[in-house]
Amino acid sequence: MTEPFVALGRWLLAALARLGRASLFGGRLCARLGTACRRFGLTLEQLYAIGVRTVMIVVVAGAFVGMVLALQGYYTLVNFGAESALGVLVALSLVRELGPVVAALLFAGRAGSALTAEVGLMKSTDQLAALEMMAVDPYRRVLAPRFVAGFISLPLLAILFSAIGVYGAWLVGVQMLGIDAGAFWGQMQDSVDFHADVLNGLVKAVVFGAVVTWIALYEGHDCVPTPAGVSRATTRTVVHGSLAVLGLDFLLTAMMYGG
Amino acid sequence: MVHRTTELTVGLFVAAGLAALVVLALQVSGLATLGAPRGYQVTAHFNEIGGLRERAPVKAAGVTVGRVTSIEYDTRGYRARVTLTLSSEYDNFPRDTIASIHTSGLLGEQFVSLDPGGDMDYLGDGDRVEYTESAVVLERLIGQFMFQQGRD
Repeated sequence: MTEPFVALGRWLLAALARLGRASLFGGRLCARLGTACRRFGLTLEQLYAIGVRTVMIVVVAGAFVGMVLALQGYYTLVNFGAESALGVLVALSLVRELGPVVAALLFAGRAGSALTAEVGLMKSTDQLAALEMMAVDPYRRVLAPRFVAGFISLPLLAILFSAIGVYGAWLVGVQMLGIDAGAFWGQMQDSVDFHADVLNGLVKAVVFGAVVTWIALYEGHDCVPTPAGVSRATTRTVVHGSLAVLGLDFLLTAMMYGG
Repeated sequence: MVHRTTELTVGLFVAAGLAALVVLALQVSGLATLGAPRGYQVTAHFNEIGGLRERAPVKAAGVTVGRVTSIEYDTRGYRARVTLTLSSEYDNFPRDTIASIHTSGLLGEQFVSLDPGGDMDYLGDGDRVEYTESAVVLERLIGQFMFQQGRD
């Protein structure tokens, strides 16, 4: 009779405990950020592993998202004779929403999963414990550089995504469908504001970068040290990371443009 | 220590990101207007320009022959002074060319249309287009229509 309630309570308590551990982990991480900046070589290596190696997927995805947006937008707008507004449509949706969000989703899938698997394997093969035995703080040596690298990488990737997407839309809209290039760029420049649109998109990307990297590192550090545990942690990184990005995106959009 | 190639690629990555930010700032949000199109400039005065904007196309027979480069309000004539930059390959518009403001489609963007006249002299740099036709403002048209309906 009481069994369902017991299960519900157990689930909620476990979830709260995980949230608490994740927050403590985040706090410890933030307290050691100074080292990651002082020993920048460590962060640089991670920037390569996390940022540079994600560029390819972000560039390709950005180009195709821009091209698809241009095609779909064109077919709707041309009914109203307003196809010259395509540039505005594409640029605003890319800079405000799609750039930061899609780049963050790709980042969670490409870099977040790799981070979790790496840290999880370090834990299950007792490498983190070995570091502590040698009086090397794994937070300083392993985790903080990765966090800083993720934090720096995602904004750059999101901007790259938006810029490539706009040129993809230009390729389809202006070169293939024959929209006037002046109207495409001119209306875009009239409507897109650097502070309200571009910089707010950048703020979103910074927040997403911090959250996705935090989730990825926490899942890796907190995983059950078995092959199955690492696999589950990697899956959780992608699922929780993506959901967190989408949920936060709604909150940030409501805060930035809702008021 | 860190490999040189790693440093190089990270440097390239950061530079590419910053370059993309510059592109978004200049090309997408138009923080600074980049070089004006080449050609010669003529001015035209309109009573009403409606929703005409800078960088709007200038068309003759539907072909884009130039761009609107600036729009100002002339306080002496209380009219809008529109500067058109026409491509130098189209340098034989007669002096009595009519400039009118049209809308592409029902709700589309507005553009300046040039209808060549029959004068033997051609428009040159800094000349003024004498004959202009203002933009049709939809609200005013509807207002007139309703006013007439009420009178009948």
